[in-house]
Amino acid sequence: MSNTSKNFLQSSIGKKLVMGLTGLFLISFLLVHCFLNSFIFFNDGGLMFNIGATFMAKNWIIRAMEIVLFIGLIWHMVQALILTMENSKARPVKYAVNNASANTKWYSRSMGVLGSLLLLFLVVHLANFWVKSRFTGLPGEDANGNENLYAVMQETFHIGWIIAVYLGGCIALAYHLLHGFPSAFQTLGWNHPKYNRLILITGTLFSVIIPLIFAAMPVSMYFGWVN
Amino acid sequence: MSGNMKITLKVWRQRNTKTNGQLVTYQLNDISPDMSFLEMFDVLNEQLITKGEDPVAFDHDCREGICGMCSMFINGRPHGPKSKVTTCQLHMRSFKDGDTIVVEPWRAAAFPVIKDLTVDRTAFDRIIAKGGYISVNTGNAQDANNLPIPKPDADKSFEAAACIGCGACVATCKNSSAMLFVSAKISQLALLPQGQVERVARAKNMVAQMDAEGFGNCTNTGACEIECPKGISLENIARMNREFYVANLKE
Amino acid sequence: MSKLDSKIPEGSIEQKWSKYKSSVALVNPANKRSLEIIVVGSGLAGSSAAASLAEMGYKVKVFCFQDSPRRAHSIAAQGGINAAKNYQNDGDSTYRLFYDTIKGGDYRAREGNVHRLAEVSASIIDQCVAQGVPLAREYGGMLSNRSFGGTQVQRTFYAAGQTGQQLLLGAYSALERQIGLGAVEMYSRHEMLEVVTIEGKARGIIARDLITGKLERHFGHAVLLCTGGYGNVFYLSTNAMGSNVTAAWKAHKKGAFFGNPCYTQIHPTCIPVSGDHQSKLTLMSESLRNDGRIWVPKKQGDTRKPNEIPEEERDYYLERRYPAFGNLVPRDVASRAAKERCDAGYGVGASKMAVYLDYKAAIDRYGKTKAKTLGVDNPTPAQLREFGKQVVEEKYGNLFEMYEQITGENPYEVPMRIYPAVHYTMGGLWVDYNLMTTVPGMYALGEANFSDHGANRLGASALMQGLADGYFVIPYTIGAYLANEIRTKAIPTDHEAFVTAEKEVQSQIDKFFAIKGTKSVDHFHKRLGKIMWDKCGMARNEKGLKEAIQEIRALREEFWKDVRVTGEANEFNPELEKAGRVADFIELGELMCIDALNRNESCGGHFREEFQTEEGEANRDDVNYQYVAAWENKGNNSWELHKEELKFEAIKIAARSYK
Repeated sequence: MSNTSKNFLQSSIGKKLVMGLTGLFLISFLLVHCFLNSFIFFNDGGLMFNIGATFMAKNWIIRAMEIVLFIGLIWHMVQALILTMENSKARPVKYAVNNASANTKWYSRSMGVLGSLLLLFLVVHLANFWVKSRFTGLPGEDANGNENLYAVMQETFHIGWIIAVYLGGCIALAYHLLHGFPSAFQTLGWNHPKYNRLILITGTLFSVIIPLIFAAMPVSMYFGWVN
Repeated sequence: MSGNMKITLKVWRQRNTKTNGQLVTYQLNDISPDMSFLEMFDVLNEQLITKGEDPVAFDHDCREGICGMCSMFINGRPHGPKSKVTTCQLHMRSFKDGDTIVVEPWRAAAFPVIKDLTVDRTAFDRIIAKGGYISVNTGNAQDANNLPIPKPDADKSFEAAACIGCGACVATCKNSSAMLFVSAKISQLALLPQGQVERVARAKNMVAQMDAEGFGNCTNTGACEIECPKGISLENIARMNREFYVANLKE
Repeated sequence: MSKLDSKIPEGSIEQKWSKYKSSVALVNPANKRSLEIIVVGSGLAGSSAAASLAEMGYKVKVFCFQDSPRRAHSIAAQGGINAAKNYQNDGDSTYRLFYDTIKGGDYRAREGNVHRLAEVSASIIDQCVAQGVPLAREYGGMLSNRSFGGTQVQRTFYAAGQTGQQLLLGAYSALERQIGLGAVEMYSRHEMLEVVTIEGKARGIIARDLITGKLERHFGHAVLLCTGGYGNVFYLSTNAMGSNVTAAWKAHKKGAFFGNPCYTQIHPTCIPVSGDHQSKLTLMSESLRNDGRIWVPKKQGDTRKPNEIPEEERDYYLERRYPAFGNLVPRDVASRAAKERCDAGYGVGASKMAVYLDYKAAIDRYGKTKAKTLGVDNPTPAQLREFGKQVVEEKYGNLFEMYEQITGENPYEVPMRIYPAVHYTMGGLWVDYNLMTTVPGMYALGEANFSDHGANRLGASALMQGLADGYFVIPYTIGAYLANEIRTKAIPTDHEAFVTAEKEVQSQIDKFFAIKGTKSVDHFHKRLGKIMWDKCGMARNEKGLKEAIQEIRALREEFWKDVRVTGEANEFNPELEKAGRVADFIELGELMCIDALNRNESCGGHFREEFQTEEGEANRDDVNYQYVAAWENKGNNSWELHKEELKFEAIKIAARSYK
């Protein structure tokens, strides 16, 4: 059994399954993250948002899940790196002319690049919020006595270049998801003429709506629609 | 001569597996739109032989789109610009007078170039030898109609079995993955009652051999399905994934 | 008395094979392990034989010139495979399949072999289905059948228009299984260039590794040639570009008699030649004749577009001449009828060498049926056409697409243009009932032998014969020979006979490069093809054949003086491969003409203009020509004729009529 598991994870389909499953797990995180962050749209000076943020910071189950999340994220990235190297080795001499746009979408071919952009964005994003929330500390409390992560947001999202980075990150995310979402289902073996449309439509909606909501946050703060 | 199209060809020339190759430009006049793409190469080779030069080596045999031997990467696409045809079925009427056409061999580590546009695809045979069959010795069979097979299953199995093993899927895949080829055979047999007995071993052994041959990994870009001259569906890859998961869960 | 012993078992026709099977010598399993068999060719006959023999325990080596055994040209067979299953309850039986095949072959096939073929036909279907070959099915899950030319029952099993592909992939998978198990050694991209005989027995081959150019010696207790037909002697044919006669021809020169070389099949439904550049002809499956109607204009040299010619001005000449079989007459009859119309000036298309194959009636008919099943009352004509097209597309879609691809015309809208083309060769190496040639230990299977189709092969019978020979005949009959070989140790390949054979091959290769002529191999091949097609094609006459023989001899001389083979011997060199094949085709071409000249009668695919009835039908001469012409090679392009008389005991010989 143990031998099988090892072989399985080293097989091409096993590695693909790791990408798909970790991808779906990260998608589920996006959903939670997006849901909680959209509390800023209550436009109540961040009170609701800070309740959520404090809960996320204090609850030990969430903290444990945070570790799992990082493991999933790193696994997704490391596996992707291994796959990219293997795939590049599988074609040592490249084509002089390759009309790839005739048979594939550019974002399907660019998952590595999009993923790398997302990683860069993530560094900025974590430095902006997560490091402050977990390690360096936040600037005081709000009216409810909760940690005031909202204030950090307000502060961060008034810097022009940061807005640009976040918008770029959201675009990269959208395209990454546009391929990744249905691809994960294909990898799991969920390809059936009856349900393929459903997966594709859900995937497309998800890939567009979630990044849009995320993008709306810095934008609305920058323009003062939320304060 | 029979036509008046002028074509500029840039063809990959490579002496053998060990040497490096490069694109060489040839000028062809008098090409007829009724010629097949390979007949244009016949014309080119005739010219080269007359000049005492080495003709271009390319694989071809049946010239009617079924043997799977022809294998050219034409202007960045396997089997050229038309869908659901092989190179031998492609005709010059699909090109315009004055066109420049770049022709390269299939490129993949698992398909080393033998000469010019000819590559070695025996990796496919070795994968089939690991399980792309039903173990039934001659003479063991029962009456063919003792085993009714629902028409939809038989049809689906046939659609997968229509694969001609040309390798266009590998050639076009950005990762040089052979999953469409392997999944077509696994699907054909998994869909039939006869194929059930060896299902687990087949999925594991064929996938293991595919990996050992040095094909890349599938990232679901879908290029293979679009370029497949026989329209083999991506559904087969999903089915192979399922077969492989179940096989690993069982053993 | 002739040197030929066909070794037909005694007894009534129904019992010959079963009695043979229960009395033929056997080889015990331990001895099988030390007996080596060489199989050349990996088509239906070769793959099925190699797999079956390896399953039995023999050590097998398989050779093919393609990059994979799966590419063999059996793969291109479209329509189907016959079997006397009588699943359709339409009165089929082993006897009827036997009878149809003998009659279809114009009474020039051997009864014993054909009856055996009919007997094992049902097992082939069983075997293929068990292997996972996805043959077409009905909604109830049972196998589906269609009808083919020359028969009045539905006994043809099929997988869309790709039956040959599916059957070959079945045999290929069985072969690959044995390769995986180590029972078969596979040599792809290898071409057999000589047979090695020791003390009169076949003991091995010389093969060239086509990638490195290295010559290799291989020993075998027996050699099986499963190398297909020689239709490419005509240059333009429906055969694959690589199909060749070389293996059979080398065997012929080493003592194997060549049977009935002039029997070639011209297939009536091919896409016409479009120009000088043409490299091959594409077949439109015979199954299209099920639904399509063949016609030419009633007016000579009519230049109107086909759709502008009214119904009453069309001549459905097959339906007119052969009301009982109509468009489904056998291939030779349909081909000659097309030629007759075109020669008489009724041909269509730019070249005037084509007839129409029209699907309009079928589209209308299917449209009405489909409208009924869909419950559409009062459908418009446009709707009817649409429904009809859908049905036709489902049945023949891939063929229609292929036609449009090649001609640039849409066959749903305008009738297809078709013309006969060389397709299959009934002649081949002479074999006895055991499928052994006149060289002991050397066998010929499938299209490479001459035995089962007489002077004309019926549609869907080639696949049947290839698989019958490989799966169900050779596994038994080879025992008759090998049982006496169990004491023969493997002969080391440094034996003098191997050395000499290799030297011969090497010297021919050296000769090619030494010529340094001015014309390409293809140039000579095209010229040979033209001579053969014009003078030894669909219709032949004494004068033409005599001219052809002289022209071929002259061509042969010119070839050996002026051919240019580029590249080198020790590398991948397709030009060198072609040169060897064309050299053999030229010699074969002469023999074909000699055979055609000898046969002063018309039968099946062999039509001598001097021998026809007043209505233009073939005039057979059973008194003087009821024999197999087996030619012995006497060296220096001379041959001696041996005759195997054909005896018809189970079938009453009659004029062949499809009227």
